[in-house]
Amino acid sequence: MTDQAFQAVIEVEDLVTYYGTRKILDRVNLSIRQGEVMVIMGGSGSGKSTLLRHLLALNKPASGSIRLYGKDIGKYSTRELQTLRKRMGVSFQNGALFNSLNVEDNVAFPLREHTQLDDNTIRIMSRMKLEVVNLAGFEELMPAQLSGGMIKRAALARAIVMDPDMLFFDEPSAGLDPVVSADLDELILKLREAMQVSVVVVTHELDSAFRIADRIIVLDKGKVLIIGTVDEVKNSDNQRVQNLLNRRAEDVEVDPEAYLKRLTENLAGL
Amino acid sequence: MLIRPFIEGVGEKTILAVEEAGYQFLLLMESLYWLCLGPLLNQPVRLHTIAAEMIKIGVLAIPVVLLLSFSNGVMMAIQGIVTLQEFDAESQVVPGIAYSVTREFGVLITAIVVAGRSGSAIAARIGSMQMSQEVDALRVMGIEPVRHLVAPIVLAMLVMMPILTIMADSAALIGGGIYTGIVLKLSLGTFIDRCFDVLVVYDVMQGLSKSLVFGVLIAVVACSNGFSVSGGAEGLGRATTRSVVMSIAMIVVADMLFTFFLSR
Repeated sequence: MTDQAFQAVIEVEDLVTYYGTRKILDRVNLSIRQGEVMVIMGGSGSGKSTLLRHLLALNKPASGSIRLYGKDIGKYSTRELQTLRKRMGVSFQNGALFNSLNVEDNVAFPLREHTQLDDNTIRIMSRMKLEVVNLAGFEELMPAQLSGGMIKRAALARAIVMDPDMLFFDEPSAGLDPVVSADLDELILKLREAMQVSVVVVTHELDSAFRIADRIIVLDKGKVLIIGTVDEVKNSDNQRVQNLLNRRAEDVEVDPEAYLKRLTENLAGL
Repeated sequence: MLIRPFIEGVGEKTILAVEEAGYQFLLLMESLYWLCLGPLLNQPVRLHTIAAEMIKIGVLAIPVVLLLSFSNGVMMAIQGIVTLQEFDAESQVVPGIAYSVTREFGVLITAIVVAGRSGSAIAARIGSMQMSQEVDALRVMGIEPVRHLVAPIVLAMLVMMPILTIMADSAALIGGGIYTGIVLKLSLGTFIDRCFDVLVVYDVMQGLSKSLVFGVLIAVVACSNGFSVSGGAEGLGRATTRSVVMSIAMIVVADMLFTFFLSR
């Protein structure tokens, strides 16, 4: 086994997945190393959120494999997967905070479920994480009372409360203003520095991706266009990668016959 | 060739129905698994969530269950007396009310109220959690959504449905007794005494055993509809409505089957 493979915490091999009959991911290969920030980029519908769901073992692949710490996810028993998930922190796109719990209880939730610590210790630990994400003093607020940026930060606090080895972010900057978004990027980097975690970030925000990534994977229509460092991606001569980076619309060649067929398909009386 | 799409449609619907029934059965089995083995695996179903569900499903439903059952008792007394008067047998209204309340209507009204109140609320709650990825969040934290969300509801139903049914039986008998008392000049005490003369434990147990089945039906139908929400707010509304309609339909059909087998 090579050194690089040894350090890989997640390895994806020839992942293929479908929604119904539509192919979403097509032979995706990827490895994420211990302590690196891997950014998954791509336009809307490129399959990046689906890839994240597979990395989190929320979806089952049609074919191919995903290995976590060297073992195929499908081969983990439910109990093993539950134990493994205690080492993973996830911040979902819209936070996914529990609406019935206040901020502090949301952050404390994994500790209450997974540890036997007494309640005061749990509360102190939760407040420490809220301090890290600059949400001290907002413990009593309910999720509905928080702004978009605060929700993302509270979700981040909940994701790191178990001191995970792996952190996953789904669109951390989506819907945030540039300043808050930059703050969140800084926070992700600070956490990586402090906790030596591997970080996987799904985003379509270029600035954010370039700021935080060690390596970037660019997806397009379910296929991997490129995996490389920030510079390698920026200097890629792949036209589609450059289109994405320069926010250029794709030149789509129109086949007049097919176009006419699409317009007149399934019309009454034809 | 209209017959082919029709047969295909029937086949598709049948497969979906079998799939759904299987999923609901699985939800029930998983809930029972967590309720029994959770504490041994260090993943207990939390007492405070069970208590919260009991309050929502049971305690808060008491006033409306009492009101409807009382009215139902009065209604049965009115109809019973009118019908039996034709045979000069109106005094026989007492056993009529006693049997039908304890065997049928107490539990049926309770189940319909709980399905309407809690079935819709549970489907809406789980559905909105599904939509906002809270269910995924539970899963990625290593917390089984069935243990955290479904098992407390199943247990709360199993405890609260029989209690509500007993309350409903009592309210309906009192309602029937009051009306009969006014019309037939029979004291409430005598009415209750005569009820106890004709009733045996089996009659009450028939209602109570049904209440357990109905409670489980409401729980798994509501939860499965909640988990399968898709398509935004409209989907959530659809799942909520479907949950109520489906559980009430299943309750009535199950009740018919129960009555058929238990009254032979």
